Amino acid sequence: MVSLLSKRVVVTGLGAITPIGNTLTEYWEGLLGGRNGIGPITLFDASQHACRFAGEVKGFDPHDYLPRKDAKRMARFAQLAVAASKQAIADAQFEIDDLNAERVGVILGTGVGGLKVMEDQNEVLLTRGPSRCSPFTVPMMIANMAAGLTAIHTGAKGPNNCTVTACAAGSNAIGDAFRLIQQGYAQAMVCGGTESPITPLSVAGFASAKALSTRNEDPTTASRPFDRDRDGFVMGEGAGILLLEELESALKRGVNIYGELIGYGMTCDAYHMTKPVPSGMGAMRAIELALQDGGLEPDMVSYINAHGTSTPANDPTETQAIKKALGDSAYQVAVSSTKSMTGHLLGGSGGIEAVATVMAIAQDRVPPTINLTNPDPDCDLDYVPNQSRPLKVEVALSNSFGFGGHNVTLAFRKYSP
Amino acid sequence: MNQEIFERVQEIVVEQLDVEEEKVTPQAHFQNDLGADSLDTVELVMALEEEFDVEIPDEAAEKIATVEAAVEYIDEKLKAAA
Repeated sequence: MVSLLSKRVVVTGLGAITPIGNTLTEYWEGLLGGRNGIGPITLFDASQHACRFAGEVKGFDPHDYLPRKDAKRMARFAQLAVAASKQAIADAQFEIDDLNAERVGVILGTGVGGLKVMEDQNEVLLTRGPSRCSPFTVPMMIANMAAGLTAIHTGAKGPNNCTVTACAAGSNAIGDAFRLIQQGYAQAMVCGGTESPITPLSVAGFASAKALSTRNEDPTTASRPFDRDRDGFVMGEGAGILLLEELESALKRGVNIYGELIGYGMTCDAYHMTKPVPSGMGAMRAIELALQDGGLEPDMVSYINAHGTSTPANDPTETQAIKKALGDSAYQVAVSSTKSMTGHLLGGSGGIEAVATVMAIAQDRVPPTINLTNPDPDCDLDYVPNQSRPLKVEVALSNSFGFGGHNVTLAFRKYSP
Repeated sequence: MNQEIFERVQEIVVEQLDVEEEKVTPQAHFQNDLGADSLDTVELVMALEEEFDVEIPDEAAEKIATVEAAVEYIDEKLKAAA
């Protein structure tokens, strides 16, 4: 539990580059409208792959955010991160200057980092020899470079870190940044997740692990969390970033406060590399810890942005976890998986889903789970099927679970003095 | 200085370092005038090796500080190979 001396942490800026929109407004309107971001893979020739579709970011031009030469020396996951971070900082009207730079930090999560760079350079290594490998191979590939480059391009000189907890990485980044501000180590933190995993090796590997949907004949209905006919997740790419700020700093600046981050729960299944523990106990404990951390009772929760991957294993397990953690209140809560629209951004998902969760609180609207036409009897909660709805959202949770058994829950609350 | 080699070097430098062509004069210094850092320099040397099908050993590359020096070095290499 956090001491009484700990600082309150609020969200004052949001940034999002996603398969359904490249700004916060486009993304949020897309979510409310049930926009579908899934289509055939264009980033590489996927004709030999078992899965040939994904949620790609469309029309993203890194030069809108970065000088040409810098953009060329950055992998796509880092470009997306810097762009979304700049959006969030601008949205918060936050100026990083000589006076505050050392108190502003960055924590960004990613699952696979610059995998594409490694694939390309490995090809160079094998076909043309070691002397032809780019000097940018390592700096472009390493997972922490999104956080490093975001600092370089924004001037944030405070705490800087990278979480690499697979599909929980974005949420871990936000939770860890929350703690740093709570404990007084930073005034503001740029945090969230980024991912650009749509590469030949990554799609092949996830497909071999039987994690991906292979509904190639109808990609737009492939991501169907909690539906009986789901057959795996759909990969997505993008970045979602929050500007977290100490409450006093936000009040002093007189800026818009989207909501308050009040709880962070983190556990591990300690069970299997890729499968969630069937009882859902690891995820349940993460939810319970986030509630305890925020001083919340189960009946105070209005909305949960589920991990909801659309894999056979996740959705009923997560449903059980929610029911065990919230008890009877579980049936009163709106639960949706926005992955039905964006696909699964792996380490980026915690970022864009925290953005959606905060917007639900700020606007009192909850996004739907689309493609939910034939509910799985083992998934019996209110998943906000197919249509967004107005709902007074006082407290909302965002769940993220990752390969390795990582479980993370973030708890947000409407801001009140 | 061999004008044809200079123009090909100039084109590569413009592409690699994202600088304007007018700035890539014979006297231009890669690091001081054209903003190349140590990684850029390695990549530039690799691009020149590919373009001219020559090998530029590290010891030689370290001494090539200006565009003209690069052109002269390549010119000599090509003449030696001919």
